[in-house]
Amino acid sequence: MSTANIVQTVPRRLGAIVPQSVAYAFIAPALLCLFALLVLPILVVFALSFTDYELGDIASSFVGIANYQAAMSSPEFVNSFRNTVYYALLTVPFSVISGLFLAIVLFNLKRGRRLYQLIFFLPVTTTLIPMATVWRYLLHGQIGPLAQLFSALGLPQVEFFSDPQLAMPALAVISIWHGAGFNMVLFIAGLTAIPDELYDAASVDGVDHPLERLFTIVLPLLGPTLLFVLVMSLISAFRMFDLVGALTRGDPYGATDVILYTTYLEGYSYFRMGSASAMTMIFLVIILLLSIVQSRTIEQRVHYQ
Amino acid sequence: MPSTLSLRNIDRYFGSTHVIRDVSLEVDKGEFITLVGPSGCGKSTLLRIIAGLVAQDSGTVAIGGEAVDHLRPKSRDIAMVFQSYALYPHMSVFDNIALPLKVRRYPSIARYPLIGGLVPGMRQAREDVAREVRQVAAQTEIDSLLARKPGQLSGGQKQRVALARAMVRKPAIFLMDEPLSNLDARLRVHMRGELLDMHQRLGATFIYVTHDQVEAMTMSTRVAVMLEGRIIQVAAPDKIYSDPVDIRVARFIGSPEINLCPAQAKAGAVQLETCTLPLAVAANGPVTLGIRPENLKIGGGKADFSVKARFERVENMGNEALLYFRSETADTSRLVVRQSAPELAALRAQGGLDGVMKLSADIGNILIFSSDGARLPAHGARSAKVAPVEAVQA
Repeated sequence: MSTANIVQTVPRRLGAIVPQSVAYAFIAPALLCLFALLVLPILVVFALSFTDYELGDIASSFVGIANYQAAMSSPEFVNSFRNTVYYALLTVPFSVISGLFLAIVLFNLKRGRRLYQLIFFLPVTTTLIPMATVWRYLLHGQIGPLAQLFSALGLPQVEFFSDPQLAMPALAVISIWHGAGFNMVLFIAGLTAIPDELYDAASVDGVDHPLERLFTIVLPLLGPTLLFVLVMSLISAFRMFDLVGALTRGDPYGATDVILYTTYLEGYSYFRMGSASAMTMIFLVIILLLSIVQSRTIEQRVHYQ
Repeated sequence: MPSTLSLRNIDRYFGSTHVIRDVSLEVDKGEFITLVGPSGCGKSTLLRIIAGLVAQDSGTVAIGGEAVDHLRPKSRDIAMVFQSYALYPHMSVFDNIALPLKVRRYPSIARYPLIGGLVPGMRQAREDVAREVRQVAAQTEIDSLLARKPGQLSGGQKQRVALARAMVRKPAIFLMDEPLSNLDARLRVHMRGELLDMHQRLGATFIYVTHDQVEAMTMSTRVAVMLEGRIIQVAAPDKIYSDPVDIRVARFIGSPEINLCPAQAKAGAVQLETCTLPLAVAANGPVTLGIRPENLKIGGGKADFSVKARFERVENMGNEALLYFRSETADTSRLVVRQSAPELAALRAQGGLDGVMKLSADIGNILIFSSDGARLPAHGARSAKVAPVEAVQA
């Protein structure tokens, strides 16, 4: 028997010999979808961002980086960027911490854990636009229950969505209400993954104060989940659009203008697609940077295996 | 001197299941005692009750003569090694071993992350802890691994780290919950030896839970056989083997399983082929004879007990062989004979490993069990004296 019979020329996997052409045929549909639905649109937007294309135009001309320069120096876009960062700072810490708090409390419940889990998860399952209408009523300056309570207590009436100081925090409260349950479910999944024997070992070793156990065992082991939740919350804060669209439309005086809403107005109210595309590219770069931070840190720092 | 560990009438229910039934046990200082039994017999629960991880519903646990029922695990003078080792995956090997010491010696504020490093006046305590960790690491031969994380260690290395973490506190009692069951067969035999060395060196008391009777028999000073939530018998390994108080103990200990043959007792005696086997108690009706595989002989001229059986197959292990027969009696039970290599060779030379053969045993090697499984003492037999003291019969 010659040795040529033994030498494997084709890469083997799962015991089968698959010719490369067949392998490529298998990934072709996925590649095609990925290209058509993701890469191509981004390339089109990228191309449009260098033109003065307006919605409905038949022709447009190349303007270089003028759109980017205009966006960077436009007070509206800078304001909306600042507002988005402010919104993220308001929502992310609270929705992460309240999700973690709910998860730890519910995880240690002996009875009714499923029921409470369902209750706190309900806001996530609702659509934000109709819920926003409910919230508008709840926070309404004259007819809202909160306003009634304020007036019963002799406090001044507050119109949350007309006060530039309060509009953004009010949106943040609604968003935290909506997002905490989702974070809670992620944290409960993380808690379930911690083996019971570790808690036993900790109490034999002497770590039995709940707070100390939280800091020495639970939080470090939740590290990967925590980071994931943190970055996901950040990304969703930057993608905020629906609350502003439904409740404030950027008012009062641009206090709730966020990146996506400004971009939307630019493209679909003022029909300046070239300029809107440039704003979209800036937004994409921010999301991309966050994603890179997430995958890098997950690989390097919080990897225990 | 009071026993190191004393369990009195421990009961524990999980819901309506009675998992620990009236367990009492006295363990002396320096003993290596094994709780052995099939899975679900309550041995791990009993260990966790001793540790304080599970509370008993009634009964008392005393360590060094003092009841510890009100104490949390960390305040009991115990350390525990878990089946999965339960190392903290985010801490280095050094920090894993140091944790039990830090918790006991550092003020609580110094143990929190970030702010912990700012607490002044900790230098001496930190140096002491580091020195003791290094000492224990050297004893368990993991001193080169101190900076690694558990995820980077092999199963055997994790095992050593778990042992080191238990040793560093110098507890009176080591509790071990199937610590070798996650290792491969070779390493398990090796670690068995190391655990025994460690036991001798430390002179501490070991309570060791296993479902593996070989571990129980080879390592322990005494074996406690647990079945259905009870300790059925506590005795030295050789006594458990040769002198079981219950048919379930006789069947659980010993591999291959003990041979069982049905028989009838009449007026306090069992009638055998060539003689009567008198019993120390008056028993009538069906009984079971138990004969260990090495006590069953092939052929044999005049024997106290004999049975005709058909040869089925042989399992040769080199130094000895197991010969499987099926009895020609009405119940056609399976019978196993253990033969040494020379015995098997002699048997083959005679040309005789075929068809129906006679198997026999001496009266002194026959264990008799009543129909409810209790051992019946025989008159005049070698192991006639069965101590019923340690037996807790159903």
